[in-house]
Amino acid sequence: MWIERGIEGVLFLCALASIGVTAGIIAVLLFETLAFLGEVPITDFLFGTSWTPLFLKKSFGVLPLVGGTLLVSSIAMLIALPAGLLSAIYLSEYAEDRVRRTIKPILEILAGIPTVVYGYFALLFVTPLLQEFIPGLAGFNALSPGIVMGIMIIPMVSSVSEDALHSVPIGLREGAYALGATRLQATLRVVVPAAFSGISVAAILAISRAIGETMIVAIAAGQQPRLTASPLVPVETMTAYIVQVSLGDTPFGTLEYRTIFAVGMLLFVGTFGLNLLSHWLRQRFREEYT
Amino acid sequence: MCRLFLIAVLTALGSFISSCEAGDSERTDSTPSWNIITIDGSSTVFPITEAVAEEFQKVHSHARVTVGISGTGGGFQKFCRGEVDMTGASRPIKPSEIEACGNNGIEWTEIPVAYDGIVLVVNPENDWTNSMTVAELSILWAPDAQDQVLHWNQIRAGWPQEEIHLFGPGVDSGTFDYFTEVIVGETGASRGDFTSSENDNVLVQGVSRDKLALGYFGYAYYEENQDKLKLLGVHPTDTEDGFDPIYPSPDTIREGTYRPLSRPIFIYVSKAAANRNEVDTFIKFYLNESTDLVREVGYVPLPESEYALARERYQQR
Repeated sequence: MWIERGIEGVLFLCALASIGVTAGIIAVLLFETLAFLGEVPITDFLFGTSWTPLFLKKSFGVLPLVGGTLLVSSIAMLIALPAGLLSAIYLSEYAEDRVRRTIKPILEILAGIPTVVYGYFALLFVTPLLQEFIPGLAGFNALSPGIVMGIMIIPMVSSVSEDALHSVPIGLREGAYALGATRLQATLRVVVPAAFSGISVAAILAISRAIGETMIVAIAAGQQPRLTASPLVPVETMTAYIVQVSLGDTPFGTLEYRTIFAVGMLLFVGTFGLNLLSHWLRQRFREEYT
Repeated sequence: MCRLFLIAVLTALGSFISSCEAGDSERTDSTPSWNIITIDGSSTVFPITEAVAEEFQKVHSHARVTVGISGTGGGFQKFCRGEVDMTGASRPIKPSEIEACGNNGIEWTEIPVAYDGIVLVVNPENDWTNSMTVAELSILWAPDAQDQVLHWNQIRAGWPQEEIHLFGPGVDSGTFDYFTEVIVGETGASRGDFTSSENDNVLVQGVSRDKLALGYFGYAYYEENQDKLKLLGVHPTDTEDGFDPIYPSPDTIREGTYRPLSRPIFIYVSKAAANRNEVDTFIKFYLNESTDLVREVGYVPLPESEYALARERYQQR
């Protein structure tokens, strides 16, 4: 009886601790960001096109970092969404059970590779390979980490979408076949639309994962904040900037030090917004089959 | 979360046990008790001092040496307040710092330990650039160049109208301070739109894989990666005419002809600290072992005669 209560108490404390830590992180982010915005006007921060907070001639326009993040993430999505969705469709609709049970764990191994390994894979293998075909490609660029990040995210997209496709009731498929649909027609016109909410959640989770990804871009994308749409030249993402400043010895409490919290806050707001959106989509478009 | 607590508890236990062990070994140590030798200062001098400290602690197992990095200026601040025994400097002490030391009654002695050179490198496939003048470098790296000087042909007519990709050390680096001081004319004044990294290997990677790249860093890193980089000569004057460019090499760096990007680097020792047995032993060790260790960490050692001179001057302090 007492043991039971004791254990309950410990479990409760554990749950409380994780909430407490989250609240603490948000509090620190908010506090430092407000201190930063006290010195730099928020319009300069959000809409400025030049980011050189560490240099003598300081400017605090975060757009180059946001641009770098969006550029790398979009390349990753161009790879991860089609590949992930198609492999989910294959696994759920076409593959035999035996094949499915073999391939799915293998695909999930991809998710278990440490991101630092992906980073060096991008820098030392993919970039030189791409330079064979694209002569103007710089040693640090957005393309190669984008592609590698896309590969990394494939299992996440395919796993979540596959669950969504798989949970579409068999009756819907049989109904389509009864009307004379081929397997392809049944899949594309019936099953995929029915699983739309699950697939869109997969896509949004993947985007928020790509935006928050740090190691790959810190290693292979370069450290030069610049506003560009070209995937061939060095860029710097928000996460890579935070890494760069954290590695140096920027004194505690200075404006330079606070920039990483302001950038972190922006990152947090972005991924938090995406997560809310995915939650809303799940609620809004969920199809109930009973 | 629970697992985290468990790990924290285990770590705490572990450090408790190991601290017990440390306590034991200190008690059984019968050698005379030496105080910790505290060193701070330039990040450029740091690799040499750290290598010396490491060797020193191997030979004298009871010695304890801590080496910090506060930059040359930060090092002198602590040094002149009497907080550290010695400090590394990538430039000679300034008059204001001499005054600060004097006000606090800190007497010191200056010991040159090595030469350092900053190299300018481009990609081996770059076939248009062999050398640059100091004036061209200052146009390229000045704060005003940001978002303005973006193509090779803006630096010298005849160079291709292609983007230039710049690589350089981060703002915490002594190399960055020195480069901006002698090229731009003001310490810390630099454009900000380049790939900056405290890790020189990142810079080597970047330049060696990008045809349009130009970068600068300490000579040590060029020497390790000669096959992947193309070295540029520097004209110490504003124009190319009449003078051959000087290429950095151990000889030109030592002789000072590789101007203005080579310099001697120093350590400064407080005289009060030098009277302590452990500090005195350390300095003598430093001067005796420097030639090999300096070369090992990639700097250019002083000629043996100058080390002898330095030893002599130190003895007569």
